[in-house]
Amino acid sequence: MDVKKLKETALGGILNNPVFVLVLGMCPTIGMSTSVTNALGLGLATAFVLIVSNVFVSLLRKIIPDKVRLPSYIIIIATFVTLVQLFLAKFLPALNASIGRFIPLIVVNCIILGRAEAFAGKNSVGYAALDGVSMGLGFTCSLVILGGVRMLLIAAGMRIFETAAGGFIVLGLLMALFNYLMRLYRNSHKRKLLQGGAAL
Amino acid sequence: MSIASIISIVISAILTENIVLNKTLGICPLLGTSKKTDSAVGMGLAVTFVITVSSVVCYGLFQLLDMWNITYLQTIVFILVIASLVQLLDIVLKRFSPTLYNSLGIYLALITTNCTVLGSANMVIDNGYNLLETFIFGFFTGLGFTMVLILMSGIREKLNRAHIPVSFAGFPIALIIAGILAMAFAGFSGFAF
Repeated sequence: MDVKKLKETALGGILNNPVFVLVLGMCPTIGMSTSVTNALGLGLATAFVLIVSNVFVSLLRKIIPDKVRLPSYIIIIATFVTLVQLFLAKFLPALNASIGRFIPLIVVNCIILGRAEAFAGKNSVGYAALDGVSMGLGFTCSLVILGGVRMLLIAAGMRIFETAAGGFIVLGLLMALFNYLMRLYRNSHKRKLLQGGAAL
Repeated sequence: MSIASIISIVISAILTENIVLNKTLGICPLLGTSKKTDSAVGMGLAVTFVITVSSVVCYGLFQLLDMWNITYLQTIVFILVIASLVQLLDIVLKRFSPTLYNSLGIYLALITTNCTVLGSANMVIDNGYNLLETFIFGFFTGLGFTMVLILMSGIREKLNRAHIPVSFAGFPIALIIAGILAMAFAGFSGFAF
Protein backbone atom coordinates (compact mmCIF):
# COMPACT_ATOMS: atom_id res chain seq x y z
CA MET A 1 0.00 0.00 0.00
CA ASP A 2 1.10 3.47 -0.87
CA VAL A 3 1.71 5.35 2.41
CA LYS A 4 1.46 8.82 0.88
CA LYS A 5 -1.88 8.12 -0.74
CA LEU A 6 -3.12 6.49 2.46
CA LYS A 7 -2.19 9.57 4.47
CA GLU A 8 -3.76 11.89 1.91
CA THR A 9 -7.01 9.92 1.90
CA ALA A 10 -7.16 9.75 5.69
CA LEU A 11 -6.60 13.50 6.05
CA GLY A 12 -9.13 14.31 3.32
CA GLY A 13 -11.82 14.97 5.90
CA ILE A 14 -9.84 17.92 7.27
CA LEU A 15 -7.85 19.32 4.34
CA ASN A 16 -10.75 18.83 1.93
CA ASN A 17 -13.42 19.29 4.56
CA PRO A 18 -16.77 18.73 2.83
CA VAL A 19 -18.46 21.65 4.57
CA PHE A 20 -15.76 24.29 4.97
CA VAL A 21 -13.61 23.65 1.90
CA LEU A 22 -15.65 21.79 -0.73
CA VAL A 23 -18.87 23.59 0.34
CA LEU A 24 -21.00 20.52 -0.35
CA GLY A 25 -24.06 19.35 1.54
CA MET A 26 -25.02 22.79 2.75
CA CYS A 27 -28.75 22.18 3.16
CA PRO A 28 -28.67 19.65 6.01
CA THR A 29 -25.72 21.54 7.49
CA ILE A 30 -27.79 24.67 7.97
CA GLY A 31 -31.16 23.03 8.44
CA MET A 32 -30.20 20.48 11.07
CA SER A 33 -27.50 22.14 13.14
CA THR A 34 -29.81 23.73 15.72
CA SER A 35 -28.57 21.33 18.39
CA VAL A 36 -25.63 18.99 18.90
CA THR A 37 -27.96 15.94 19.06
CA ASN A 38 -29.57 16.66 15.70
CA ALA A 39 -26.19 17.50 14.16
CA LEU A 40 -24.62 14.28 15.46
CA GLY A 41 -27.60 12.17 14.37
CA LEU A 42 -27.71 13.51 10.85
CA GLY A 43 -23.92 13.55 10.57
CA LEU A 44 -23.62 9.89 11.52
CA ALA A 45 -26.52 8.90 9.25
CA THR A 46 -24.82 10.67 6.35
CA ALA A 47 -21.44 9.16 7.25
CA PHE A 48 -22.95 5.67 7.30
CA VAL A 49 -24.51 6.11 3.86
CA LEU A 50 -21.28 7.64 2.56
CA ILE A 51 -19.09 4.75 3.79
CA VAL A 52 -21.37 1.94 2.62
CA SER A 53 -22.13 3.50 -0.76
CA ASN A 54 -18.42 4.24 -1.30
CA VAL A 55 -17.62 0.56 -0.65
CA PHE A 56 -20.34 -0.68 -2.98
CA VAL A 57 -19.55 1.78 -5.75
CA SER A 58 -15.91 0.74 -5.53
CA LEU A 59 -16.76 -2.97 -5.58
CA LEU A 60 -19.04 -2.53 -8.60
CA ARG A 61 -16.87 -0.05 -10.46
CA LYS A 62 -15.73 -2.57 -13.08
CA ILE A 63 -19.23 -3.92 -13.69
CA ILE A 64 -21.16 -0.65 -14.03
CA PRO A 65 -20.97 0.68 -17.60
CA ASP A 66 -19.62 4.20 -17.81
CA LYS A 67 -22.73 5.66 -19.45
CA VAL A 68 -25.19 4.65 -16.75
CA ARG A 69 -22.88 5.15 -13.80
CA LEU A 70 -24.67 8.16 -12.29
CA PRO A 71 -28.13 6.52 -12.19
CA SER A 72 -26.52 3.36 -10.78
CA TYR A 73 -24.75 5.35 -8.06
CA ILE A 74 -28.01 7.10 -7.19
CA ILE A 75 -29.82 3.77 -6.85
CA ILE A 76 -27.08 2.40 -4.56
CA ILE A 77 -27.23 5.54 -2.42
CA ALA A 78 -31.05 5.62 -2.32
CA THR A 79 -31.14 2.00 -1.16
CA PHE A 80 -28.96 2.70 1.86
CA VAL A 81 -30.83 5.91 2.64
CA THR A 82 -34.08 3.93 2.74
CA LEU A 83 -32.36 1.49 5.10
CA VAL A 84 -31.39 4.34 7.44
CA GLN A 85 -34.90 5.77 7.20
CA LEU A 86 -36.51 2.48 8.23
CA PHE A 87 -33.94 1.94 11.00
CA LEU A 88 -34.55 5.40 12.52
CA ALA A 89 -38.33 5.06 12.30
CA LYS A 90 -38.20 1.74 14.12
CA PHE A 91 -35.48 2.19 16.73
CA LEU A 92 -35.00 5.94 17.27
CA PRO A 93 -38.45 7.52 16.87
CA ALA A 94 -37.53 10.65 18.90
CA LEU A 95 -34.55 11.46 16.68
CA ASN A 96 -36.63 10.57 13.63
CA ALA A 97 -39.22 13.18 14.62
CA SER A 98 -36.63 15.95 14.66
CA ILE A 99 -34.35 15.04 11.73
CA GLY A 100 -36.65 12.75 9.73
CA ARG A 101 -37.40 15.50 7.21
CA PHE A 102 -33.77 15.59 6.12
CA ILE A 103 -33.06 11.85 5.99
CA PRO A 104 -34.52 11.24 2.48
CA LEU A 105 -32.55 14.26 1.32
CA ILE A 106 -29.28 12.43 2.04
CA VAL A 107 -29.85 10.92 -1.43
CA VAL A 108 -29.29 14.28 -3.06
CA ASN A 109 -26.53 15.33 -0.68
CA CYS A 110 -23.77 16.29 -3.11
CA ILE A 111 -21.03 14.92 -0.82
CA ILE A 112 -22.09 11.33 -1.36
CA LEU A 113 -22.58 11.41 -5.11
CA GLY A 114 -19.52 13.64 -5.32
CA ARG A 115 -17.27 11.13 -3.52
CA ALA A 116 -18.73 8.22 -5.50
CA GLU A 117 -17.95 10.00 -8.75
CA ALA A 118 -14.62 11.60 -7.80
CA PHE A 119 -13.10 8.86 -5.63
CA ALA A 120 -14.89 5.55 -5.06
CA GLY A 121 -15.51 4.93 -8.78
CA LYS A 122 -11.76 5.09 -9.44
CA ASN A 123 -10.13 3.46 -6.42
CA SER A 124 -10.00 0.07 -4.73
CA VAL A 125 -12.27 -0.89 -1.85
CA GLY A 126 -9.81 -0.17 0.97
CA TYR A 127 -9.15 3.40 -0.13
CA ALA A 128 -12.85 3.98 -0.86
CA ALA A 129 -13.83 2.85 2.64
CA LEU A 130 -11.11 5.01 4.21
CA ASP A 131 -12.26 7.98 2.15
CA GLY A 132 -15.83 7.38 3.30
CA VAL A 133 -14.76 7.27 6.96
CA SER A 134 -12.59 10.37 6.67
CA MET A 135 -15.12 12.43 4.72
CA GLY A 136 -18.03 11.19 6.83
CA LEU A 137 -16.29 12.08 10.08
CA GLY A 138 -15.17 15.43 8.63
CA PHE A 139 -18.78 16.18 7.77
CA THR A 140 -20.06 15.04 11.18
CA CYS A 141 -17.44 17.10 13.03
CA SER A 142 -18.26 20.27 11.11
CA LEU A 143 -21.97 19.72 11.74
CA VAL A 144 -21.35 19.18 15.46
CA ILE A 145 -19.16 22.28 15.74
CA LEU A 146 -21.83 24.34 14.00
CA GLY A 147 -24.52 22.77 16.19
CA GLY A 148 -22.51 23.48 19.34
CA VAL A 149 -21.97 27.14 18.47
CA ARG A 150 -25.63 27.62 17.62
CA MET A 151 -26.73 25.83 20.78
CA LEU A 152 -24.56 28.13 22.93
CA LEU A 153 -25.96 31.21 21.21
CA ILE A 154 -29.53 29.95 21.61
CA ALA A 155 -28.86 29.15 25.27
CA ALA A 156 -27.58 32.72 25.67
CA GLY A 157 -31.04 33.91 24.73
CA MET A 158 -30.54 34.77 21.04
CA ARG A 159 -33.48 32.92 19.59
CA ILE A 160 -32.68 34.08 16.07
CA PHE A 161 -30.03 31.35 15.89
CA GLU A 162 -32.79 28.76 15.91
CA THR A 163 -33.92 30.02 12.51
CA ALA A 164 -32.39 29.51 9.08
CA ALA A 165 -31.02 33.08 9.20
CA GLY A 166 -28.89 32.29 12.24
CA GLY A 167 -27.63 29.10 10.59
CA PHE A 168 -26.47 30.97 7.50
CA ILE A 169 -24.64 33.60 9.53
CA VAL A 170 -22.91 31.20 11.94
CA LEU A 171 -21.79 28.99 9.04
CA GLY A 172 -20.50 32.05 7.15
CA LEU A 173 -18.48 33.20 10.14
CA LEU A 174 -17.11 29.71 10.88
CA MET A 175 -16.12 29.29 7.24
CA ALA A 176 -14.26 32.60 7.33
CA LEU A 177 -12.48 31.45 10.51
CA PHE A 178 -11.56 28.14 8.87
CA ASN A 179 -10.19 29.98 5.81
CA TYR A 180 -8.14 32.21 8.11
CA LEU A 181 -6.68 29.27 10.06
CA MET A 182 -5.89 27.36 6.86
CA ARG A 183 -4.08 30.41 5.49
CA LEU A 184 -2.03 30.72 8.69
CA TYR A 185 -1.17 27.01 8.47
CA ARG A 186 -0.15 27.24 4.82
CA ASN A 187 1.94 30.36 5.38
CA SER A 188 3.84 28.81 8.29
CA HIS A 189 4.34 25.69 6.17
CA LYS A 190 5.74 27.80 3.32
CA ARG A 191 8.03 29.71 5.70
CA LYS A 192 9.39 26.45 7.09
CA LEU A 193 10.13 25.24 3.57
CA LEU A 194 11.87 28.52 2.74
CA GLN A 195 13.99 28.35 5.90
CA GLY A 196 14.86 24.76 5.13
CA GLY A 197 15.97 25.89 1.66
CA ALA A 198 18.14 28.65 3.13
CA ALA A 199 19.84 26.22 5.51
CA LEU A 200 20.75 24.01 2.60
CA MET B 1 -61.10 23.23 -2.54
CA SER B 2 -61.47 26.91 -1.86
CA ILE B 3 -59.76 29.98 -3.28
CA ALA B 4 -58.49 30.83 0.20
CA SER B 5 -56.51 27.62 0.55
CA ILE B 6 -54.91 28.17 -2.87
CA ILE B 7 -53.94 31.72 -1.94
CA SER B 8 -52.46 30.51 1.33
CA ILE B 9 -50.40 27.90 -0.53
CA VAL B 10 -49.13 30.53 -2.97
CA ILE B 11 -48.14 33.01 -0.30
CA SER B 12 -46.51 30.47 1.96
CA ALA B 13 -44.61 28.85 -0.93
CA ILE B 14 -43.14 32.14 -2.11
CA LEU B 15 -42.75 34.21 1.04
CA THR B 16 -43.36 32.82 4.51
CA GLU B 17 -42.19 29.25 3.93
CA ASN B 18 -39.66 30.05 1.22
CA ILE B 19 -37.89 26.86 0.23
CA VAL B 20 -34.39 28.35 0.37
CA LEU B 21 -34.50 30.88 3.17
CA ASN B 22 -36.96 29.18 5.47
CA LYS B 23 -36.72 25.46 4.72
CA THR B 24 -32.97 25.66 4.00
CA LEU B 25 -33.12 23.54 0.85
CA GLY B 26 -31.32 24.29 -2.39
CA ILE B 27 -28.42 26.14 -0.82
CA CYS B 28 -25.78 24.61 -3.12
CA PRO B 29 -27.32 26.13 -6.28
CA LEU B 30 -27.94 29.32 -4.32
CA LEU B 31 -24.21 29.63 -3.64
CA GLY B 32 -23.07 28.13 -6.93
CA THR B 33 -25.20 29.85 -9.56
CA SER B 34 -25.91 33.24 -8.04
CA LYS B 35 -22.82 35.01 -9.32
CA LYS B 36 -24.56 36.45 -12.38
CA THR B 37 -28.17 37.45 -12.82
CA ASP B 38 -28.47 35.76 -16.25
CA SER B 39 -27.49 32.34 -14.96
CA ALA B 40 -29.66 32.86 -11.87
CA VAL B 41 -32.72 33.42 -14.06
CA GLY B 42 -31.94 30.39 -16.26
CA MET B 43 -31.35 28.11 -13.30
CA GLY B 44 -34.45 29.37 -11.52
CA LEU B 45 -36.76 28.78 -14.47
CA ALA B 46 -35.37 25.32 -15.21
CA VAL B 47 -35.81 24.35 -11.55
CA THR B 48 -39.36 25.76 -11.49
CA PHE B 49 -40.28 23.58 -14.45
CA VAL B 50 -38.74 20.43 -12.98
CA ILE B 51 -40.24 20.98 -9.52
CA THR B 52 -43.72 21.48 -10.97
CA VAL B 53 -43.66 18.41 -13.21
CA SER B 54 -41.88 16.13 -10.74
CA SER B 55 -44.19 17.08 -7.86
CA VAL B 56 -47.21 16.15 -9.97
CA VAL B 57 -45.67 12.91 -11.28
CA CYS B 58 -44.41 11.91 -7.81
CA TYR B 59 -47.84 12.67 -6.37
CA GLY B 60 -49.42 10.30 -8.89
CA LEU B 61 -46.86 7.56 -8.29
CA PHE B 62 -47.24 7.88 -4.54
CA GLN B 63 -50.95 7.09 -4.88
CA LEU B 64 -49.95 3.84 -6.63
CA LEU B 65 -47.31 3.02 -3.99
CA ASP B 66 -49.89 3.72 -1.31
CA MET B 67 -52.41 1.43 -3.01
CA TRP B 68 -49.90 -1.43 -3.11
CA ASN B 69 -48.65 -0.71 0.43
CA ILE B 70 -45.03 -0.21 -0.61
CA THR B 71 -44.57 3.40 0.48
CA TYR B 72 -41.12 2.57 1.85
CA LEU B 73 -39.94 2.70 -1.76
CA GLN B 74 -40.82 6.41 -1.84
CA THR B 75 -37.26 7.75 -1.79
CA ILE B 76 -35.97 5.39 -4.49
CA VAL B 77 -38.96 5.94 -6.79
CA PHE B 78 -38.93 9.71 -6.39
CA ILE B 79 -35.24 10.10 -7.14
CA LEU B 80 -35.58 7.86 -10.20
CA VAL B 81 -38.52 9.95 -11.45
CA ILE B 82 -36.56 13.15 -10.97
CA ALA B 83 -33.41 11.82 -12.61
CA SER B 84 -35.27 10.50 -15.66
CA LEU B 85 -37.37 13.65 -15.90
CA VAL B 86 -34.26 15.79 -16.03
CA GLN B 87 -32.80 13.49 -18.65
CA LEU B 88 -36.03 13.67 -20.66
CA LEU B 89 -36.12 17.44 -20.41
CA ASP B 90 -32.54 17.48 -21.65
CA ILE B 91 -33.43 15.42 -24.73
CA VAL B 92 -36.67 17.28 -25.50
CA LEU B 93 -35.14 20.72 -25.16
CA LYS B 94 -32.15 19.77 -27.28
CA ARG B 95 -34.49 18.60 -30.03
CA PHE B 96 -37.22 21.28 -29.96
CA SER B 97 -35.70 24.39 -28.45
CA PRO B 98 -31.93 24.55 -28.96
CA THR B 99 -31.79 28.22 -27.91
CA LEU B 100 -33.31 27.52 -24.51
CA TYR B 101 -31.17 24.40 -24.22
CA ASN B 102 -28.00 26.36 -24.83
CA SER B 103 -28.95 29.08 -22.41
CA LEU B 104 -29.64 26.56 -19.64
CA GLY B 105 -26.50 24.59 -20.45
CA ILE B 106 -24.95 22.74 -17.55
CA TYR B 107 -27.62 23.80 -15.05
CA LEU B 108 -30.03 21.30 -16.50
CA ALA B 109 -27.97 18.27 -15.46
CA LEU B 110 -27.35 19.72 -12.02
CA ILE B 111 -31.05 19.83 -11.17
CA THR B 112 -31.11 16.11 -10.29
CA THR B 113 -29.02 16.70 -7.19
CA ASN B 114 -30.87 19.88 -6.28
CA CYS B 115 -32.58 19.06 -3.02
CA THR B 116 -35.44 21.52 -3.62
CA VAL B 117 -36.90 19.07 -6.14
CA LEU B 118 -36.89 15.95 -3.95
CA GLY B 119 -37.68 18.11 -0.91
CA SER B 120 -40.83 19.59 -2.42
CA ALA B 121 -41.96 16.20 -3.74
CA ASN B 122 -41.69 14.91 -0.16
CA MET B 123 -43.43 17.98 1.26
CA VAL B 124 -46.39 17.46 -1.05
CA ILE B 125 -46.81 13.97 0.41
CA ASP B 126 -46.29 15.13 4.01
CA ASN B 127 -48.80 17.97 3.65
CA GLY B 128 -51.39 15.71 2.02
CA TYR B 129 -52.15 18.01 -0.92
CA ASN B 130 -54.51 17.04 -3.74
CA LEU B 131 -53.57 17.17 -7.42
CA LEU B 132 -54.38 20.84 -8.04
CA GLU B 133 -52.77 21.93 -4.78
CA THR B 134 -49.68 19.90 -5.68
CA PHE B 135 -49.38 21.65 -9.03
CA ILE B 136 -49.77 25.11 -7.47
CA PHE B 137 -47.39 24.29 -4.63
CA GLY B 138 -44.72 23.01 -7.03
CA PHE B 139 -44.97 25.97 -9.38
CA PHE B 140 -44.86 28.65 -6.69
CA THR B 141 -42.13 26.91 -4.72
CA GLY B 142 -40.06 27.11 -7.90
CA LEU B 143 -40.90 30.79 -8.30
CA GLY B 144 -39.88 31.40 -4.69
CA PHE B 145 -36.54 29.71 -5.42
CA THR B 146 -36.08 31.80 -8.58
CA MET B 147 -36.82 35.00 -6.71
CA VAL B 148 -34.23 34.31 -4.00
CA LEU B 149 -31.65 33.37 -6.64
CA ILE B 150 -32.22 36.64 -8.50
CA LEU B 151 -32.13 38.74 -5.31
CA MET B 152 -28.91 37.02 -4.28
CA SER B 153 -27.24 37.43 -7.68
CA GLY B 154 -28.10 41.14 -7.75
CA ILE B 155 -26.42 41.64 -4.39
CA ARG B 156 -23.38 39.55 -5.33
CA GLU B 157 -22.85 41.49 -8.55
CA LYS B 158 -22.67 44.69 -6.52
CA LEU B 159 -20.44 42.97 -3.98
CA ASN B 160 -17.77 42.41 -6.62
CA ARG B 161 -16.94 46.10 -6.37
CA ALA B 162 -16.76 46.14 -2.58
CA HIS B 163 -13.69 45.55 -0.46
CA ILE B 164 -14.04 42.23 1.37
CA PRO B 165 -11.54 40.80 3.90
CA VAL B 166 -9.61 37.91 2.34
CA SER B 167 -11.00 35.28 4.73
CA PHE B 168 -14.56 36.30 3.88
CA ALA B 169 -14.14 36.35 0.10
CA GLY B 170 -16.34 33.93 -1.84
CA PHE B 171 -18.64 31.63 0.10
CA PRO B 172 -18.49 33.06 3.66
CA ILE B 173 -19.75 36.50 2.63
CA ALA B 174 -22.41 34.91 0.41
CA LEU B 175 -23.65 32.87 3.38
CA ILE B 176 -23.83 35.96 5.59
CA ILE B 177 -25.80 37.78 2.91
CA ALA B 178 -28.13 34.80 2.66
CA GLY B 179 -28.53 35.00 6.44
CA ILE B 180 -29.53 38.66 6.25
CA LEU B 181 -31.96 37.89 3.42
CA ALA B 182 -33.40 35.04 5.49
CA MET B 183 -33.94 37.46 8.37
CA ALA B 184 -35.85 39.76 6.03
CA PHE B 185 -37.98 36.83 4.87
CA ALA B 186 -38.61 35.76 8.46
CA GLY B 187 -40.31 39.14 8.77
CA PHE B 188 -43.07 37.92 6.45
CA SER B 189 -44.21 35.42 9.04
CA GLY B 190 -43.79 37.85 11.93
CA PHE B 191 -40.79 38.29 14.20
CA ALA B 192 -40.74 35.92 17.10
CA PHE B 193 -37.28 36.46 18.50
